[in-house]
Amino acid sequence: MAKHGPGGGPAGPGGGFRKPRNIRGTLGKLMGYLGRYKLLLALVAVLLVVSSACTVGGSYLIRPLINDYILPGDFPGLARMLAVMALVYIVGAACSFGYSRIMVHISQTTVAKIRADLFSRMQDLPLKFFDSHTHGELMSHYTNDIETVSEALNNSFGSLVSCTLNFTGTIAMMLVLSPALTLITFATLAVMLAVVKTVGSRSRRYFAQQQKALGAVNGYIEEMIEGQKVIKVFNHEQEAQAGFRQRNEAYRAAAVRAQVFAGMMMPAMGNLNYINYAVTCCVGGLLAIRSGDLGGLAAFLQYSRQVGQPITQISQQVNTILSAVAGAERIFEIMEAPPEADEGKIRLVRAAEDAQGNLSRVHYDNNTWAWLKPDGTLVPLRGDVRFDHVTFGYEEGRTILRDVSLFAKPGQKIAFVGSTGAGKTTITSLINRFYEIQEGTITYDGLDIRDIAKESLRRSLGVVLQDTRLFTGTVADNIRYGRLDATDEEVEAAARLAGADVFIRHLPQGYRTVLSGDGGSLSQGERQLLNIARAACANPPVLILDEATSSIDTRTEKLIEKGMDRLMAGRTVFAIAHRLSTVRNAKAIMVLEQGEIIERGDHDDLLEQKGRYYQLYTGLAELA
Amino acid sequence: MRNKLWPCARPYALWIAGGVACSAMEAVFELLIPLVMSDIVDTGIANGDQSYILRKGGLMVGLAAASLLFGLGAAAASSVAGMGFGANLRQAEYGHIQTFAFSNIERFSTASLVTRLTNDVHNLQMSLMMSMRLMVRAPVMLVSALFFSVRISYRLSNVFLVALPLLLAVVSILLATTGPLFRSLQEKTDALNLVVQENLAGIRVVKSFVRGDHEREKFAEKNDDLKNTSLRAFGKVVINMPLMMLIVYGTIIAVMWFGGQMVYAGTLEAGKLITYFTYITQIMMSLMMVSMIFMMLTRTAACAKRVAEVLNEAPAITDEAAQTGEDGLPAVPADGSIDFDHVFFKYNSESGEWILEDISLHIPSGTTVGILGGTGSGKTSLVSLIPRLYEADEGTVRVGGRPVAGYTMEGLRESVSMVLQKNTLFTGTIRENLLWGNPEATEEELWAACRSACADEFLERMPGGLDTDLGQGGVNVSGGQKQRLCIARAILKKPKVLILDDSTSAVDTATDAKIRSAFAHELKDATKLIIAQRVASVREADLIVVMDGGRIAAQGTHEELMKSCAIYQEVYQSQQEGGSIDG
Repeated sequence: MAKHGPGGGPAGPGGGFRKPRNIRGTLGKLMGYLGRYKLLLALVAVLLVVSSACTVGGSYLIRPLINDYILPGDFPGLARMLAVMALVYIVGAACSFGYSRIMVHISQTTVAKIRADLFSRMQDLPLKFFDSHTHGELMSHYTNDIETVSEALNNSFGSLVSCTLNFTGTIAMMLVLSPALTLITFATLAVMLAVVKTVGSRSRRYFAQQQKALGAVNGYIEEMIEGQKVIKVFNHEQEAQAGFRQRNEAYRAAAVRAQVFAGMMMPAMGNLNYINYAVTCCVGGLLAIRSGDLGGLAAFLQYSRQVGQPITQISQQVNTILSAVAGAERIFEIMEAPPEADEGKIRLVRAAEDAQGNLSRVHYDNNTWAWLKPDGTLVPLRGDVRFDHVTFGYEEGRTILRDVSLFAKPGQKIAFVGSTGAGKTTITSLINRFYEIQEGTITYDGLDIRDIAKESLRRSLGVVLQDTRLFTGTVADNIRYGRLDATDEEVEAAARLAGADVFIRHLPQGYRTVLSGDGGSLSQGERQLLNIARAACANPPVLILDEATSSIDTRTEKLIEKGMDRLMAGRTVFAIAHRLSTVRNAKAIMVLEQGEIIERGDHDDLLEQKGRYYQLYTGLAELA
Repeated sequence: MRNKLWPCARPYALWIAGGVACSAMEAVFELLIPLVMSDIVDTGIANGDQSYILRKGGLMVGLAAASLLFGLGAAAASSVAGMGFGANLRQAEYGHIQTFAFSNIERFSTASLVTRLTNDVHNLQMSLMMSMRLMVRAPVMLVSALFFSVRISYRLSNVFLVALPLLLAVVSILLATTGPLFRSLQEKTDALNLVVQENLAGIRVVKSFVRGDHEREKFAEKNDDLKNTSLRAFGKVVINMPLMMLIVYGTIIAVMWFGGQMVYAGTLEAGKLITYFTYITQIMMSLMMVSMIFMMLTRTAACAKRVAEVLNEAPAITDEAAQTGEDGLPAVPADGSIDFDHVFFKYNSESGEWILEDISLHIPSGTTVGILGGTGSGKTSLVSLIPRLYEADEGTVRVGGRPVAGYTMEGLRESVSMVLQKNTLFTGTIRENLLWGNPEATEEELWAACRSACADEFLERMPGGLDTDLGQGGVNVSGGQKQRLCIARAILKKPKVLILDDSTSAVDTATDAKIRSAFAHELKDATKLIIAQRVASVREADLIVVMDGGRIAAQGTHEELMKSCAIYQEVYQSQQEGGSIDG
């Protein structure tokens, strides 16, 4: 069920120009993460100031060096002065190393914390959330968004402060050296700002166009490569190329425009700075004829070469920070999404029954479970599930289930039959409370499932889903996912029960074979067997089988039938199946159509009714 | 590797040359400016010559303007070349993928091909652009700054003999140590992303088994790993800057000391000394740029390798052995007869087990053949050899009397139409999708095909009819409807051989039967191969082939097999117990 949105490809550098909506609020939350580094941050601030002072101050020393020592030829003084200069530079470099190193520590630990929090919060979100976001979208929070935040914390915040300090310091020193020459610098700076503004806004517009075209190319690539085999079968290569060429060309044209503009920024800024340098040199030279302050001119020229740099850097860093804030905003949005409602207090506990049938709570595994109510009373877990006039829809106004009532007596097998979209899977999703119902109640052993703690509710239900999912790890790890403390023997017993033991033993390393890429090396049928083994390992009182054997051919299904029977023995089972042979022995079969139960009964009853089930069974009607 | 990428850049060779020249000129002009400045100080100020200062000042502005022009030129040329190269590369890679056989596609996997076409190419085009701007600029700066420095004062330049090797050593040590760290950083990131990806994909499993905490632990472990590696990696990187600054400042101080003495002694002018500082800063900047570019290029090299891998992949199946027919045109199958002659096949040449073993089978033209067998028995592999989606390892597959390799792929696949098990409809209308089968199909032909595939009934109910928009991946139709559209698309080819690989699994038995009877009437001359799970689907076939473990277990008619074949009987029995909705 990997979902790929169209154009869900890379955003690329410079992409994602979404403006943050609430800069202040998001920054505040980011600051919340930085709060525990108050002392370190204060130290960073001090180091930043000292390092800037050293950088700016160091250049000023050129003036006395030239005027007072070199020109008069005072070499002992020159040596002293150079020693001072060396000291200033060493302190500056040390401080700059110090604050960068601290920022690395702060940023990487903070980012790791944000990542962990994001993942942790995501585990608490309801399924509805995952239904309404593509995997690509959610993944990009971990890849792109966190990356930009990390980049901003690592570099941008420090650079921004140090550039600002350097810039103000430089301007201040320039004013000290020569107010008249500083005016020239101001004029240049004004021009630079104007360039940044105009080029910047044009370039943003072009970037947006470039991103759109890129999205079109990437979307096309994704769809076509996914369907490449069909293209081959239909000799459709030429047409596929033509469609690609057109989108590729559109992207190239848009990208050239965007990049030309973006690329102009650097030479424009750099050379404006040189023009400033030239004019300063010229005017400074004229002034120096009178004053003879050669050292002052040298120092000023050094400053005027430095002054332009922070401007480009500041504008770059502000962009990085803005996209980081936008990224952080998306992350915080997820973190603040309402978690699954879980206000239930009733918990699942192990229990033992004495001779009189009284329950007491125990702490060893004896296969008997009970519900522990907040008032301390125990209710035996029997697997009695009832739907009472349940109405449900995934979205407002789109009802999937209408006024459904049903009950499953403990130990019974209940089967659901109906076409895709009739609401079969929905019913099973409601039992373990993946979604909240709009009307009616669902009870479990007489308890409203909303009063049962979610964890306990789900622990009591074993689910084998149609969509088989395996995790990277060994075969044994995957089976043990059902019960983390299962021993090797229990894992193998579960595999035997599911009929998976035989094929597992034929794998290169048996149970220790490492599966990767969602068990891609296994056939669909083998994956389903592992899924069943996983549920068997969990050993739950109630089983939900959602198309658990749909990918297993009829012969293999026959082979594992015994295992399935053993697995289902004594448990309440909800089964959804396409193959009527699978549901045939169910105590009650519900035929669903458009969210309503239209027929119910056992196999023979239903055949006798000559209704929908009969039609399905005899192949007169289509399910799709 | 370069050989494969260069042809994509060649059309932009002039742009590249121009851009490189521009950025080199930009650097040179920039460096001339401080030189003029020293004239102002040493001649203009020293002599109090105002007009000289103004003239030289004008010259400097002119130089800056020239440098600006070259800079803009470099920006434009590098954008045109970089983006153009990217577009060509993407086109070449995409085009090459079109020649891939199924086995090539599987070797890379679809997801990896998508990344190689999107992210990797994107990275390469940006790298070309950036390196055109910076790669030349840095060395040109370095060399010119050194050249001018030496010209100003040969003696003073001796400081570089110490400073430069030191700087180079620092840069190379850093690159050498951070390189592996960043590679390991990438691995840790991938490991973390894998946990997230699997968590997202399996969120229902996670929630069903209440494994949130378990997942959190898995994540925490990878997250700590990543954090520690990035602390080490970035911790190393931040040494770079201060260390370089120290070396440069050391050089400045040395220049001040020796240069100061030279100025006093009259062997060096004060202005030249100031120019010297400027060049030192310049040299440092360019070296830093070089180290930055190298970091970028290590990543780019990985991308280039991945793209080149795709470009270097030789298509597993080619038209090399295609023969010409009697009319001199490429041969096309004469009829729909199919022969397998001692055919052996496996997907992976290193694997020890055959997927198909010693298959011999004759199918006369125009017959209907059913193929039955359990999961993994080799049914799909068997039919895939007929349109030559894969190549048999041993033995020959013949269509129309000629080995499949004797036809061009286009000619063969035009005659052999296969409906894949995992099928795809594309973004667009139903009509656009059907036209894949035959671009010239008339309205009547389209509807006729839809009728044969029993797709007409639901199409007539759709408001847009044939012009209904399918949405991406055909999301607006149900599974059964999609399968019938795919069959209609295949029929439109008017094939000599039609293969249905479990293509009616989501269609009910009644419709399935209707489709089969339509085949019997509408596609009388075509050979029809039907892979099915249900005995009912193949029961009336002229020939039924039962596959088991990659071999033909039995072949014959329903009646014959019911007598002779144990597997067939077993399958038949298991399905008699209960009807089946779709399996």
